[in-house]
Amino acid sequence: MTTLKRLNRRHFLGTSATALGAAALAGLARPAIAAEDLTVGFIYVGPKDDFGYNQSHAEGAAAVKEMAGVTVLEEENVPESMDVQNTMESMINFDGATLLFPTSFGYWNPHILELAPKYTDVRFEHCGGMWAEGDPANAGSYFGYIGMGQYLNGIAAGHATKSKKIGFVAAKPIPQVLNNINSFLLGARAVDPEIICQVIFTGEWSLAVKEAEATNALADQGCDVITCHVDGPKVVCETAVARGAYVCGYHADQSPLAGDLYLTGAEWNWASVYTDMVAKTLAGEPIPNFVRGGLADGFIKMSPLGPAVSDAGRAQFEAARAEIMAGGFAVLKGPLMDNRGNVIAADGEAFAETDVKLESMDYLVDGVLGSTS
Amino acid sequence: MEPVDIGLWGVPLAILGGAIRVSTPFIFVSLGECLTERSGRINLGLEGTLVFGAMSGYAAAYETGSPFAGVLVAAVFGAMFGLLHGWLCSFRGVNDIAVGIAMMLFGMGLAFFFGKPYIQPVAPDLPALSLGWWSDIPQVQAALQVNVLFIAGGLLALFMAWMFRSTRVGLTVRVVGDSTDAARAMGLDPDRVRLLSTGVGGALAGVGGAYLSLYYPGSWTEGVSSGQGLMAIALVIFARWNPVNCFWAALLFGGAGALGPALQSVGVSEGYYLFFAAPYVLTLALLVMTSSPDRAMQGAPSELSLTK
Repeated sequence: MTTLKRLNRRHFLGTSATALGAAALAGLARPAIAAEDLTVGFIYVGPKDDFGYNQSHAEGAAAVKEMAGVTVLEEENVPESMDVQNTMESMINFDGATLLFPTSFGYWNPHILELAPKYTDVRFEHCGGMWAEGDPANAGSYFGYIGMGQYLNGIAAGHATKSKKIGFVAAKPIPQVLNNINSFLLGARAVDPEIICQVIFTGEWSLAVKEAEATNALADQGCDVITCHVDGPKVVCETAVARGAYVCGYHADQSPLAGDLYLTGAEWNWASVYTDMVAKTLAGEPIPNFVRGGLADGFIKMSPLGPAVSDAGRAQFEAARAEIMAGGFAVLKGPLMDNRGNVIAADGEAFAETDVKLESMDYLVDGVLGSTS
Repeated sequence: MEPVDIGLWGVPLAILGGAIRVSTPFIFVSLGECLTERSGRINLGLEGTLVFGAMSGYAAAYETGSPFAGVLVAAVFGAMFGLLHGWLCSFRGVNDIAVGIAMMLFGMGLAFFFGKPYIQPVAPDLPALSLGWWSDIPQVQAALQVNVLFIAGGLLALFMAWMFRSTRVGLTVRVVGDSTDAARAMGLDPDRVRLLSTGVGGALAGVGGAYLSLYYPGSWTEGVSSGQGLMAIALVIFARWNPVNCFWAALLFGGAGALGPALQSVGVSEGYYLFFAAPYVLTLALLVMTSSPDRAMQGAPSELSLTK
């Protein structure tokens, strides 16, 4: 203790005053920078190079980084808990972020809904949520009609399958996942109405060993084309390829993992969406609170078709893609039953891709083996 | 080869295949922990060691092109983690459980930090032996793809049982684990024995991690372990500190984990969250069934902080 300088009151006050002065100066200086520069924060639920959901958003963030006058912040592995509120608040308060992209489904309720009224000059853009009248005006939700991509995957799968049984490894039975499963089967049934789709839910967004077990169980039951909706499709892809099954990708391009067994894949195209939203913010234009888009709007894209897709498959795939690009396409149309025998759509009834009813889907259509609970 | 429709046979087959595929990390971690606990210490840090082993093994296999180099590197790093734990615990008044929890978080954090560049690349896999040659059914052949590390784990369990029973080294570890005073009276250095036991235990956990990233599920991701290291530690208690029992218990856990997906694949799809809990329900049930007030801690080394 003798070597340490005693903390004396005068010294303490002096140092504190200097520190406070410096802080005040920094505080004065900040708004000047903030006026020119837009700070945008991206928050991911997993690692941003997972060959999947988070990677697709990080690719969008990388495109935003290229824009002039924009500073991009990123944080990965943020759980859907109080952690995300802390991350958002620190991006707002310490880094001066005024536009946030919290990208995971579970961030919306309650986390964004709690923070948005507190920070009314910050814009919260959430992926996948359902912004509705009465929700905070400075929050918004955007999503793409990726089910259309799974429908196109299904067409490629329908031409490739020999066993007439295709498989789907799913995380949780939420509407977006169910829509993907249903679209995948209906795409395959557009090729051959005898095809069935086996689904296995793993119960979590990222659970490597269980995803591998689920893929093996599908292969054991004779599924010869496998796709998935989990955060990182790497494990499903590699396991399916090891079992000799064809793979339809999801979220991002997995062709480097699956090689010749890769048929095609439904990919996000967030780069075009994010640069557009940031450009609007820079120009002072408002972003609509509820944004949706599909293939035609550049929200999603398809991986290039693999060598295993036959000429007939290629032709039907391209025809369906052109039909979707023209707009108003309906994957779910009557007569259609769910796999418990309830009527989903009567003859002549159809749900176009833009129909918001699809976003509260709670059923698996006839031909899907599996259950939502 | 055309797949054969195996219907409900898929369930027992998946349990068998799952037991072989999923159990190997459990075998290695539980054997490592068995050795450490027999010497009188608990190393809860093995979950972190497992994750770091998975990362370092994958990285080394990718950089060198040899999966066995990956296993070796994972073992070396595992040993370093174990030795660090053993060294910290040799100080007076340091609690091995608290150090273990710190080491678990440390190992995971370090693995996430250094593992970033290795999530994308694809490293070579460990080879497997096809023991299903006698069957024409591709599903059976797939289930009986047995990895070399699984066989090594089985042999290691037998070796450790023999070592504890009839060798000088085994006796030394057991004496140190059962009574520090007796060990000192025999002229042994308990701290050194525990240090080495924890080091070897860590090396085994590292090998278990290398299996995760180099064979099944076969890639490095941050969620690759999802708590398997912790379950393996609990498994040692369940196996009553007997290496051969550790092997069987690991098989049981592996097979139970395959139950949920397999049942869904044959159409039993209601309530899958319950089936996913099967390994844990099984543990509880077996612990209750095998418990008795007289011999609750039978086989437990008496220097263990659990029993003291």
